[in-house]
Amino acid sequence: MKNNRLSRFAIPYVIWMALFVVAPIIMVVIYAFSASVGGFTLDNFAKMGTYTVVFTRSFKLALIATAICVLIGYPVSYKMSKEGPRFQRLAMVLIMLPMWMNFLLRTYSWMAILENNGLLNQLFRKIGLIALYNNIFGTDISFFRMINTQGAVVLGMVYNYLPFMILPIYSVIVKLDHSLIEAARDLGANSVQVFRRVILPLSLPGVLSGITMVFVPSVSTFAISKMLGGGTEMLLGDLIEQQYMGGAYNPYLGAAISLVMMVIVVICMVVMNRFGEGEEQAVMM
Amino acid sequence: MSKELIRLRDLCMAFDDEPVLDHINLYINDKEFLTLLGPSGCGKTTTLRIIGGFATPTSGDVLFDGVRINDVPPYQRQINTVFQKYALFPHLNVYENIAFGLRMQKLPEAEIKERVMEMLETVSLKGFEHRRPEALSGGQQQRVAIARALVNRPKVLLLDEPLAALDLKLRKDMQIELKRIQQQVGITFIYVTHDQEEALTMSDTIVVMDKGSIQQIGTPEDIYNEPKNAFVADFIGESNIIDGIMPEDNVVQMYGRRFPCLDGGFAPNEAVDVVIRPEDIDIVPVEQGQLTGTVTSVTFKGMQYDIIVDFRGFKWLIQTTDHCPEGARIGIKIDPDGIHVMKKSAYSGMFGDYSSFSEEYDELDDATLSSDEEESGDEE
Repeated sequence: MKNNRLSRFAIPYVIWMALFVVAPIIMVVIYAFSASVGGFTLDNFAKMGTYTVVFTRSFKLALIATAICVLIGYPVSYKMSKEGPRFQRLAMVLIMLPMWMNFLLRTYSWMAILENNGLLNQLFRKIGLIALYNNIFGTDISFFRMINTQGAVVLGMVYNYLPFMILPIYSVIVKLDHSLIEAARDLGANSVQVFRRVILPLSLPGVLSGITMVFVPSVSTFAISKMLGGGTEMLLGDLIEQQYMGGAYNPYLGAAISLVMMVIVVICMVVMNRFGEGEEQAVMM
Repeated sequence: MSKELIRLRDLCMAFDDEPVLDHINLYINDKEFLTLLGPSGCGKTTTLRIIGGFATPTSGDVLFDGVRINDVPPYQRQINTVFQKYALFPHLNVYENIAFGLRMQKLPEAEIKERVMEMLETVSLKGFEHRRPEALSGGQQQRVAIARALVNRPKVLLLDEPLAALDLKLRKDMQIELKRIQQQVGITFIYVTHDQEEALTMSDTIVVMDKGSIQQIGTPEDIYNEPKNAFVADFIGESNIIDGIMPEDNVVQMYGRRFPCLDGGFAPNEAVDVVIRPEDIDIVPVEQGQLTGTVTSVTFKGMQYDIIVDFRGFKWLIQTTDHCPEGARIGIKIDPDGIHVMKKSAYSGMFGDYSSFSEEYDELDDATLSSDEEESGDEE
């Protein structure tokens, strides 16, 4: 059969997946349950209690970033889908444009912008905002502390992952059958009701896949927290990285943390997909 | 007998300077089943959308019960629509789809339930209330769409080619079903179709449209028996349209020969179009014929034979139950009431000649013709 013959072309990818996705996951599981001297142990998981703060912080920041992405991304996508095709193309290019630059470069530029002596603070100084602040609050600061804060980390996440929220929502809304909107209007719905009763529920699958695509990289990021959080706001990603690359070399613990994080993420996704069940196919990861 | 409900006054519509509707004047009575019939791009869907409030006319007025409603948004009109592809809400089940309009009116839950259930019964879909639209067949989706519109008890129901997506058998059943529903709920139906058979079966009044203008308004019988011009004659059923002149009332002259007919009121010797329906022609032995011709093609159609007969270069379509072999010489006889005389119009000479009959079948493979026949998503 034609299909079978074509499916042979999928073999390289299947091998690739097996080698570089399935095998590492198996290794993570094995490592997570092994002691450095060898043999089965649950010690690695027991040790993790020390890092509860990091876990909470990671999930908290990722959640905040995801929520902000939804709040920004949905209106942007909705507005875009209402405009003419030329505007849509232009907006799409503008949204994609940052993604053509290296991720690290983009984050470095945010460092330059947010630094104590960075672009923003220089600007604030120029326009007298800092002097004004000192006058009002009787303080004596020479800059706003922006870098190395949780806010900066969230900003980095939102900035980097916002397109992954906009694109799926936009593509769902733009494909909405216009006659459904007309039908709702015909049945007596005003524009608010049309949005709430028809457009919003039908665009939920896009929101769900957007959430997945923002939340998962946010919760596991380490570059952003390192560069914009200055290492003081350690996240799960940093913690894991330390176990492999840093001074605290302990791949067994690193594997255990990774495993727990993966499990939590998968649970989140399953719950969310359950929530969106019956809607159109929610894209999972 | 029944009072006027909707009036379209001098309606014009243009998209990007392309005229779509050209001075449409039409009134629609209460409780009437009115069909807008015409080929793709004739402006029928646009007319419907203007009545529904989804399009604003470039000029002219829409009156509802004597009140101008040009600027009234769709959700404030006592009009509901059954859309071409049903447009059921995929995220809601059958019950919630039908209840949608009632929820917009914020009716009490008990009343919503009662009315939805009653409607489900009307459209014979009891027991389907928890199904999702995608789990229904085309015909069932169609019924949900009708129920969803009717449950709001509108004064007018607009139907935009609602049967186009159904197969032939189901389409015939639904035609009867629709007519039954219309009589049961007793409201005005405005129905858009390009299918003349559908129009003839269901309508009280048919409005034949072409190129943005109304060609004829009348009952199905009027439209079929007394077409106003060659376009209508050709579009509704099959017609042989022959050039003739009217020497005097009740006599029409074709092929230099005089035929008795029932039409009159023309100027002496006025040039006219003569319509003769293929089923109104009797085949007789050559010597008894008013005209004689040669059979050039025979097609078996089940109930009858479609034969093409050459009368001095002009080919006629004749439907007969008698078999006439190809090449046979036959005579024909036409009763006076089988002849319909029309004034010459812009459409004269464009229709009613079956010389290209055999090619017409070949053309069915042709993309232009088949896309004309499908007529989906036209007039957008």
